[in-house]
Parts: sequence; C-alpha cells; structure tokens
Amino acid sequence: MSSRMIFRRIIQYNIMNRRHNSSSSKNNFVRIFEVGPRDGLQNEKTQVPTPIKVEFVNRLSRTGLKFIEVTSFVSPKWVPQMGDHVEVLAAIDRIPGIRYSALTPNVQGINRVLSLGNKGADEIAIFSAASESFSKTNINCSIETSLQRFSEVTQISSQNNLPVRGYVSCVIGCPYEGKIKPSQVIPVVQKLLDMGCYEISLGDTIGVGTPKSIKELLQAIQSSGISINKLAIHCHDTYGQAIANIAQALDMGIRCVDSSVAGLGGCPYAKGASGSASGNVATEDVLYLLEGLGYETGVDLNRLIDVGQFITNVLKRENMSKVARAILCKRQDDTKTTAKNSTTK
Amino acid sequence: IPGIRYSALTPNVQGINRVLSLGNKGADEIAIFSAASESFSKTNINCSIETSLQRFSEVTQISSQNNLPVRGYVSCVIGCPYEGKIKPSQVIPVVQKLLDMGCYEISLGDTIGVGTPKSIKELLQAIQSSGISINKLAIHCHDTYGQAIANIAQALDMGIRCVDSSVAGLGGCPYAKGASGNVATEDVLYLLEGLGYETGVDLNRLIDVGQFITNVLKRENMSKVARAILCKRQDDTKTTAKNSTTK
Repeated sequence: MSSRMIFRRIIQYNIMNRRHNSSSSKNNFVRIFEVGPRDGLQNEKTQVPTPIKVEFVNRLSRTGLKFIEVTSFVSPKWVPQMGDHVEVLAAIDRIPGIRYSALTPNVQGINRVLSLGNKGADEIAIFSAASESFSKTNINCSIETSLQRFSEVTQISSQNNLPVRGYVSCVIGCPYEGKIKPSQVIPVVQKLLDMGCYEISLGDTIGVGTPKSIKELLQAIQSSGISINKLAIHCHDTYGQAIANIAQALDMGIRCVDSSVAGLGGCPYAKGASGSASGNVATEDVLYLLEGLGYETGVDLNRLIDVGQFITNVLKRENMSKVARAILCKRQDDTKTTAKNSTTK
Repeated sequence: IPGIRYSALTPNVQGINRVLSLGNKGADEIAIFSAASESFSKTNINCSIETSLQRFSEVTQISSQNNLPVRGYVSCVIGCPYEGKIKPSQVIPVVQKLLDMGCYEISLGDTIGVGTPKSIKELLQAIQSSGISINKLAIHCHDTYGQAIANIAQALDMGIRCVDSSVAGLGGCPYAKGASGNVATEDVLYLLEGLGYETGVDLNRLIDVGQFITNVLKRENMSKVARAILCKRQDDTKTTAKNSTTK
C-alpha cells in the first residue's frame, strides 16, 4: 500500500475513533447508514447488473448520505447478487467525505479489499449473532468460532488502519430460538468492541422488537458499561414496528441508524407465495422521523426519493417507503394542477 | 354481540333522528366530526368550525335527551392539507367545546399523517396543560408517512388508552391518492402486546378478517403484521405437507 494510502487510512481511523469516543450523546446529529446496495439488494430476488448497481451507489452518493454499504466479499456461490463486488467498487464514483463500506466475513475477504487499494473500501464490516442457532444455520459455525474468525480479520484491519464496523444479528428475537435475552447480546457486543470495531450495529433481524424490548436491550447494554455512542440500531420492519423502535433508540441516545432506501430487502425468514414479508426499514421513512424529531442528518429527502424510485423501477418491485409513496402522489397532483392551470390561462 | 358497542356517524340532526327511529337496530353510540383547521372545515363540510359546532350541539341535545353516548372527532390536529402546520392552540378550543357538549371522548385525528412523536407529545402536553384530562382523549393516527405506530407509542406513553385503527389498514388517504391512510389494527395490536398492554383482541382472528375484506376489495393488505404472519402460515403449511409426504 502506498504511504499516501496509509496516511489517508490513519486520518479516517482517527476521525472515526475520535467521533465515537465523544462523550456527548445528546447531540442533534444522526448518521444514517445506508445499506440498500448491500443488505437491500442481497435480499432481492432480481439479479441486478453491475452498471445498475454502480449507478445506484452513485445516485445515493448525491443525496447527502455519508455512509454507504456497497457490497460484500462473500463467495458468489452463496450470494450471487454480490458476486461483482470487485467490479462495483472499481467503478463507483468516490465522493470525498463519503465512506464506502464492504462486508468481509473472513481473512480472504479483507485481504482482497486491501489488495484493491483506493478501489477497495473505506471501512469493512463483520457480522456476528446473539443466537447460536442463527449463527450455526447462517454461517455454519458457533458464535465463538465466528468471533475467532473475525479476530483474524480485525488483526489485519488494525494493522492497515482500516476501520471495522461490527453487526450483531437477532438482538431481540431469533427465527429458531425465539426470544433473545440481552445477556446473550452483551458478550458478543463486548467482544466485537474489544477486537477494535468502532461501532456495533444491533440488528432486530426478524423485526419482532417493540419499543419496550428495544429499551430493555439498550438499558442492559449500557448497564454493562458499554457506551451508547458505540452502538447503532438496525431495525427490520417485518411487523411495522421499526420507526417506533428507532424513535425509542434515539430517545436513549443512539445516533446512528441503519436503513435501506425504498425499504429494499425483504425478510428471508418469512417468505410467502406472494413475496416475502417486509425486511429493512425504508431510509425515507427514517429520515421523515428524524426531521420531525428535530435531528440533523445532512440528507436530502427528495433526492433520496428519486433514488428509491430509480432502483424500484429497475427491480420492478413496489416501493416500500410510505413517505416516498405519499410524496410521489403529491408530486403527481402538483403536476396535474400546474398543467391544468397552464391550459386554462 | 352483547358487550360490543356499534357506532355510527351522525353529522346532523337528520342523521341522529334517523338512528333513533331505528330503535334497537340503530346505534349504541354516535359520532360527530369537527376540525382544528378552518380551511379543512370549509372545504370538507362547507362551513366554519363555529357553525359546525353549533350544528353538532343540536345533535348532542337530542342525543343527551335520549341517553345516546356521543364520541367527538377532531381532524387535522397536527397538520392540514391546506393550512400546513396546526398549532395546539387551534385544537384545544374545539376539543373543549365538544366535551362541553357532552362527548364522552374526543378522538384526535392526525388526518394527513404528518405527525411524529415530537408533535404528538407537544399536542398532548398542551391539551393536558389546558386542564383537559388525558382519559377523555383517544388517538387516531394516519400512516401516510409511516409514523403512526411511533406516534401511537408516544401517545400511550402519555397516558392515552384508546386507539383508533382500521383492520388491514383499509382506507387510503384522500389528500394524497395512492398514499396510505388508516393505521392497520393488526400492527397496532402487535405494538400494544409488545408493550405489555391488554386489549382482549385475538390477533389471528383479526388477521383472518383482514384477509376476508381485502380479498373482497381486491386490494393489498396494508398490515405488515398480517403479511408477515400469513407468510409464516404458508411456510408452516408447506413444512407440514412436506413432513406428511416424507413419512
């Protein structure tokens, strides 16, 4: 790696650590972590061509979003949708100030990212789970083994000053085990932080959380000594509770929210004949909440809606964002009114 | 069914008299609808708020003479499609007048769904500060911008114990055609159960009713809970079928 690259990484690494070591969690700014291109597309049936993925990321880059999860270094055998990870990263515009991230489940993945130099990723992500059954079913190994695997990844990332974000799945409920206790979540969060993750995104993977269980989890994590500013929230909207859960998390000091434009990415654990249940919460709906609550995000809602429309048209799927649907309806009405007024002049 | 109150809207004297004339095939309670926004009132029912309240007081005189409970609704308590943001100070007098007329409860409607937990909290705090008791209030959130469940959670936090909703989320938004309107009862029930509240309502039976009516209407079921649970039911059926064939 060039010394310029190393320098850049050190700066990024320090900025991330400084920001997230800040003692104030009562500040007014909320980071939106956009997972549409990865978590969203990964859970969509339609295979998206590489140029479209690139266009999608580029359009997201122009909305004000500063954190975009672009792709995943998993085997195309398991996740064909992410098979073009190198090509997508090579082709996307790199807007200064935006952190483009990629999942790296193993040493092979992170080494590949590093080998790409400035066509790699600004940060990487590792995924664990609070549920043993989920871990075994999803990645074929126990939580303990997966964490060992990840510590090999984080050793390499820290040597290279590459920031790492940790994800914990099933923090409220598991499709196999049912209710998950906070005491199952805390050790996993702690170990990921000990490995050097700058932040842990807590995932309500099957969307069974409600503000009460979210509050109990976050209180328990805080009581264990983990600072709220090391945490992000990743709610699924399977049961329509995501916005309420995010509101609760914000109340408790969380200042980073994961979401997916247009609510891309259905729930793989509730597949029906007429399509799967909801998965990711829609970024537009999250942004509406945040603005209503008085938070700053730097994201432009109208541009976001345009990107959501772009990708849902490509995927030929419905836009899951209620905000997008409402605003698009109003835009149509306004167009009709303008047309009507011009013809009657 | 004994113990269930079947209600009907009666916007005027003609309406309530018709209800009363039906005897025990009438309604157990009636409802009257006002608004916090003058523009909305004029556009919706062709008269000012003041005039509509006078009209309603004629209705409530008759209802009280006949011991027929009345529920009051106030539309546009957060925002109006014509006026924009509505201040709590516009809502409070209307709520008070409806209570003075004898309404047993006032359902506060976020008609265009623009509320978020902050504006809901501010409204309810203002209403309480004016001396109106929270147990006279109900919440009627629209899910046009996906905020209804969060808003209801906030209202519950502030002591609201009555929530309006519509099974399968029936009823789109007439002010943004194609957009969402009513919040789905199934999703509300899921929230309430998650928060530890008792309701007496059976979620699975509710989902079945939602499916019945959406099939008739040939429209999508707007409830996320219904969709998730119906998917799981299909999965369970497939698994059972698979298991029986492999025995």
